[in-house]
Amino acid sequence: MKSHYQLAIVGAGPAGMAAAAAAAECGATSVVFDEQPAPGGQIYRAVETPAAVDRAILGVDYWRGAELAKTLRDCGVDYVPGATVWQVSPTREIGVTVDGTAMLITADQVIVATGALERPFPVPGWTLPSVMTAGSAQVLLKSAALAADGAVFAGTGPLLYLVAWQYVQAGVAVKAVLDTTPISNYFRATRHLAGALRAPQYLMKGIRLLRGIKKAGVPLIRGVRDLRMRGDDAVSAVEYRRGHDWQRIEADQVFLHQGVVPNVNLSYSIGCRHTWNEAQLCWQATTDSWGESTVEGVAIAGDGAGINGALAAEYQGRIAALGALYRLGTIDADERARRAAPARAALAAERRIRPFLETLYRPPKYFRVPPDDQTVVCRCEEVDVAAIRKAVAVGCVGPNQLKSFSRCGMGPCQGRLCGLTVSELIADFTDLPVSEIGYYRLRPPIKPLLLAELAELQTPAASDR
Amino acid sequence: MVRTADAVVIGGGIHGCSCALHLARRGISVVVVEKDHVGRHASGVNAGGVRRLGRALPEIPLSVAAMGLWHNIAELVDDDCQFVPSGQVRVAENGEEARGLEERASLLRDAGFNHEVVIGREELRDLLPAVSPHCVGGMVVVDDGHANPYRTTMAFKRKAESLGVRVLEQVRVLRIAKRQGTWRVDTSTDPLDVPVLINCAGAWGDSVAVMLGEPVPMQAYAPMLMITARMPFFVKPVVGAQGRTLSLKQFANGTVLIGGGVRGNAVRTTNTASLEFGGLSVNARTAAQILPTMRGARIVRCWAGIEGYMPDGIPVIGPGRQEGVFHAFGFSAHGFQLGPIVGSIIADLVTTGATAHPIGPFRIDRFDSPPQRQRDALT
Repeated sequence: MKSHYQLAIVGAGPAGMAAAAAAAECGATSVVFDEQPAPGGQIYRAVETPAAVDRAILGVDYWRGAELAKTLRDCGVDYVPGATVWQVSPTREIGVTVDGTAMLITADQVIVATGALERPFPVPGWTLPSVMTAGSAQVLLKSAALAADGAVFAGTGPLLYLVAWQYVQAGVAVKAVLDTTPISNYFRATRHLAGALRAPQYLMKGIRLLRGIKKAGVPLIRGVRDLRMRGDDAVSAVEYRRGHDWQRIEADQVFLHQGVVPNVNLSYSIGCRHTWNEAQLCWQATTDSWGESTVEGVAIAGDGAGINGALAAEYQGRIAALGALYRLGTIDADERARRAAPARAALAAERRIRPFLETLYRPPKYFRVPPDDQTVVCRCEEVDVAAIRKAVAVGCVGPNQLKSFSRCGMGPCQGRLCGLTVSELIADFTDLPVSEIGYYRLRPPIKPLLLAELAELQTPAASDR
Repeated sequence: MVRTADAVVIGGGIHGCSCALHLARRGISVVVVEKDHVGRHASGVNAGGVRRLGRALPEIPLSVAAMGLWHNIAELVDDDCQFVPSGQVRVAENGEEARGLEERASLLRDAGFNHEVVIGREELRDLLPAVSPHCVGGMVVVDDGHANPYRTTMAFKRKAESLGVRVLEQVRVLRIAKRQGTWRVDTSTDPLDVPVLINCAGAWGDSVAVMLGEPVPMQAYAPMLMITARMPFFVKPVVGAQGRTLSLKQFANGTVLIGGGVRGNAVRTTNTASLEFGGLSVNARTAAQILPTMRGARIVRCWAGIEGYMPDGIPVIGPGRQEGVFHAFGFSAHGFQLGPIVGSIIADLVTTGATAHPIGPFRIDRFDSPPQRQRDALT
């Protein structure tokens, strides 16, 4: 590892891996920092070393990641696994911890490829032990094959069905799938069906997943309008309502999911401008056609700049790398355009399905803006809806003030798990658009850093520069 | 529409809100003009230290008077501001530093102050069981402490508003001019006409002073802070160091705040304060060496606020050169504790033309070159 690189890439998911490959083709000195022990990101997690599950269970799409991972290993960039990037400054000074040693390095160009997070799903009892996300259910299956029988999956969105299907394929019993997709979404989505039919593979995949789940005898309960988790020390039952009456399913494991949103922690902390995406109901960094953010030399690639999925992330990673190489002077404008052309065409094709998916799986307001005063919003500091309502009533005008009023968002996760809910809640209480409410002002370290590591920080002056 | 009032306060920080509150208590109508929102900068994001310990001599009488108000802060602002009289201690790490503390204590005794008490090795360990074995002693002020800075600033604002003060947020002062004996303040919204103008603009105080024809050599920096995840309770008083930059406190919820004035970079035009991790590393090392338990702390957030520093490290407090102008800015990263009293001093000056508090050392013209001062004296 060097103390300075022409290009530093944060994240080794599809966007980061593709960016590294493109940079290597053009000969820029590059580094990829990734928190995981192996390449793949969340979507292709452990793609090089699947645990006790075979290929068929994870589905054919998963294995595309193996090729990208192999290229990353072979292409000659410095790939640093187990690396926690806890800051990138607007001048592209990068704080990273590897094996317990924190250091500062610099880069001329940075590509943030930190992907997506699951949208918070704040329902009563969502903080009980053994209530997890569908993403973590998949982690259990992919890397450790620790999945247990008898779980309930609840929510909406492709990942929910995919993971439930993967469980069924792996022979793990699923007790029920509670689908919270509002029935009205199906009607609204038909408007976008023409676009979706131009990417039929996604529609076919969705149909195949649901068919597989039903065929395995898993009850698929649609139109769930209310949801709450019950239990004392841990979840013991899920209660749901479609019409008037509450139904109950005993379960000691529940996986919740209502879509993914850009992971904006790093891009916000760098100081990139973000805007509210009303179609995707999330904050996303503003980028130009080469992925460059409003901070010079910092590009965002993949789901971090708006959700488009794994394949689109790969194309965006390539495009962002070509933009960075152009800014470095490694390639000229013509070469940049030529090399980017196939990726641009493929990206456009990938995006055709999005309006359909965004409309169909748009999570309803009652699952984003919790109507129940006792529902916890900030898990770290245990701040509930009532506390936020009270803070707004006494003059709190935004997420940053809310921290001082209530400690909401001030725990170890620094708002990763509550930020979106807080923006939307304050907007609802004040009757203002979310875009005017804003988001938490995020500061480094964006990942917890041990004081001892900071105390022994290796700076470029002290190392081999 | 032109607004009018008896006085305008420029800046909605702790000092601006305190001035507004104290003036309102004396029947003066006040408008506060704040370019961002109240408590957005140094007043809202500082370390919350409420200390007399280690103050520069000229500040001590004000700091002692402020402390009286802090111990009854709810009477002033109807809120406890989360003030905790935890005590403050400054640790000596070697004999030379311990002697420095002795000298300081005797200097203060001679000036008639006895709040700072020197303690030895054993007393230090009683007070700070977690202190590193190499520390030899310290200096203590037992009823100093800390408070929640944003909550405090907001409490002053709310109390001021309850007494009729109007607070205009996201309103920027563009120009100031004297017209027929009153100050015309042009803002990003409606102009104001007022006989009295009070500059509490903090790290932007020098810009307001320039508009009034009184340039001062102020610099803006961004003192940096970091906070940890919750830790088992291990330290009660606020801990500083005699020979190094440190201020460390543990809150009731277990989180530990580390600061002390290590500076990041401030860009005033964009409201940005950037962190400098080399400096934070030095701060972390100091914390870990004085309190070894801190090595295992998980830092969850670092931040910096924009603050104005005067060359001599003490603020500007007092009347300006022109009639109806008063200043209170440039608190050089230790203004929070003085907030409650500075408002009272400015209110004295506005309503009676004088104050019983010794504010001579804080005159705005102290930075003038001698010939300039003489010229001012002649005109």
